[in-house]
Amino acid sequence: MRPVIQIEDLKKQYQIGDQEIMALRGVSLTIDEGDFVAIMGPSGSGKSSMMNVIGCLDKPTSGEFYLDGQPVSLAHDDELAVIRNQKIGFVFQNFNLLPRTTAVENVELPLLYGGASAKERRERAIKALISVGLAERLNNKPNELSGGQQQRVSIARALVNDPVILLADEPTGALDTKTSEEIMGIFQRLNDAGKTVILVTHEPDIAEYAKRIVRFRDGQIISNEVVQERRIAQAEEVRT
Amino acid sequence: MSLIECVRVSFRSIRANGLRSVLTMLGIIIGVAAVIAMVAIGEGTSSSVASQINGLGSNLLIVSPGQATQGRVSLGAGSLNTLTMADAEAIAENDSVAGVAPSVNGRAQIVWGSNNYSSSLEGTTADFLQVRNAEVAQGRFFSNFEVTRQFNVAVVGTEVVSNLFKNATTNPIGQTVQINRVPFTIIGVLKSQGSSGMTNNDDRILIPITTAMSRLTGGKNVGTIYVSAASSDVMDKAQQDIRQTLRAKHNLRPQKEDDFRITSQSDILSTAQEVSSSMTALLSGIAAISLIVGGIGVMNIMLVSVTERTREIGIRKAIGAKRRDILRQFLIEAVTLSLIGGILGIAFGVGAALLISKLGSLSTSISLTPILYAFLTSSLVGVIFGVYPARKAAQLKPIDALRYE
Repeated sequence: MRPVIQIEDLKKQYQIGDQEIMALRGVSLTIDEGDFVAIMGPSGSGKSSMMNVIGCLDKPTSGEFYLDGQPVSLAHDDELAVIRNQKIGFVFQNFNLLPRTTAVENVELPLLYGGASAKERRERAIKALISVGLAERLNNKPNELSGGQQQRVSIARALVNDPVILLADEPTGALDTKTSEEIMGIFQRLNDAGKTVILVTHEPDIAEYAKRIVRFRDGQIISNEVVQERRIAQAEEVRT
Repeated sequence: MSLIECVRVSFRSIRANGLRSVLTMLGIIIGVAAVIAMVAIGEGTSSSVASQINGLGSNLLIVSPGQATQGRVSLGAGSLNTLTMADAEAIAENDSVAGVAPSVNGRAQIVWGSNNYSSSLEGTTADFLQVRNAEVAQGRFFSNFEVTRQFNVAVVGTEVVSNLFKNATTNPIGQTVQINRVPFTIIGVLKSQGSSGMTNNDDRILIPITTAMSRLTGGKNVGTIYVSAASSDVMDKAQQDIRQTLRAKHNLRPQKEDDFRITSQSDILSTAQEVSSSMTALLSGIAAISLIVGGIGVMNIMLVSVTERTREIGIRKAIGAKRRDILRQFLIEAVTLSLIGGILGIAFGVGAALLISKLGSLSTSISLTPILYAFLTSSLVGVIFGVYPARKAAQLKPIDALRYE
């Protein structure tokens, strides 16, 4: 298996006022292609900092980070923007869709910054929306969609550029149990198709949909183990 | 992100905050409209002044009496009565001079039957038509013979005819009227010329200057001598000739100052144009200040917009927008905002100018230059006042922006 994420002795330090906070105290982690990893930990454990670094939204203070074989720790802002655009698909807890913008336009957004033609953008966005079961909701705006549907749009947006990793930050945090299971079903199906998925969550039930759980505490990894009794989402119910 | 996309996004956000955008644009609209209207009024005024001055006559030189001084204090133009008919005759002898029309002015009551009308009276000579660019519409002008023999004949303007003969269908030619109780025969009606500046050229009575001096105004002096130069090339020569003639005639020793003044049409024209152009500059300066105020309004609203849309900026950055993508998006939004304002302002300004010339007495002239200038300025205002908010947006860190509530 080819590693898509290689992290060596990663440290992240924040300055809040005159206080220095060590959010990550030397973390090493490798995630292979096709893996499905849940990152867990209480708040303040460093899991959010870890996610920000993996998502190339923030730069580590020290340490090495290779994404898809490419060194990232020294890249500057615009290079990181390109990496986020090409290699990472984000799914957020609160969906983070643009308001007053239709589903298909939201999904097109990453392609807009990637420089695809208008026709290609539209085709790929529609394909991505169909793959998450939203063929009938292409031209609805976020406020016309349910929470589950909005999260599907956001997954479609994450997928549209065919990224190396899908990075989901509490993707079910704002959803009810049934919808959560549907969303996790989509992640499992995508993972079965070969997509590497990294899930940040504090809910043990949700983490059990992953293949592996990495636990953080006080800025360090305290455990990294394969899920013994993995939950399999019931065949996702496609509501459109 | 392509330019078209940026424009589309900015239109969407302008529409999403309709009222706010309109209020913001209002500053630009008022500024641009003011500039356009002011320049139109300024240019209209100066071109109408120019045409009025040109309408005075062709290659016209105006000789007026000098200023008297009393204890070194000037008493103003015309305070001396130094010009005479003999001066006018002497001026006419120069080759560079084509026509000489001395004139005396006054007001007169003209009576026909039971109708009466008060108008301005000008005594002049037969050269009047040529020197002052006038034409006779009906009848004829008085001849030099009639001038030397002090005939009681009058040529009147159309305004006088319509006021004196009212609804009567009488042919004014040949009618006997009383001008200041002296009987005169009307021999001609002037072609309508409209007004030049403050004077209405159609509201006047012309009689031979000799008659005017002896029977109406009294005195031997003429008020002003209007001279037309032989051609536009000899204007300067004519001016010199007149000066020499008059100095000799008035027996002025070399060190003495002229006791008369010669003004050429182009002098008047350039003075009038100077006045109107400094007026235009002043008005447009004031209008430009309102454009700057409008620009500050745009900046203000863009700063609000950046704060409001911090999360959107975060999302865009998270999924791959570079600094310059965000910069461009907000800059284009600011430019779009002020450009729409500019276009509306141009429309309002042109509309206002047309309305003013239709309703008021001011004439306006709309030219392309101020419109282009307003268009460029308003987009420049967008860029200048949009850069700071756009930079602020572009420099937001994605994690901070995403976390912003």
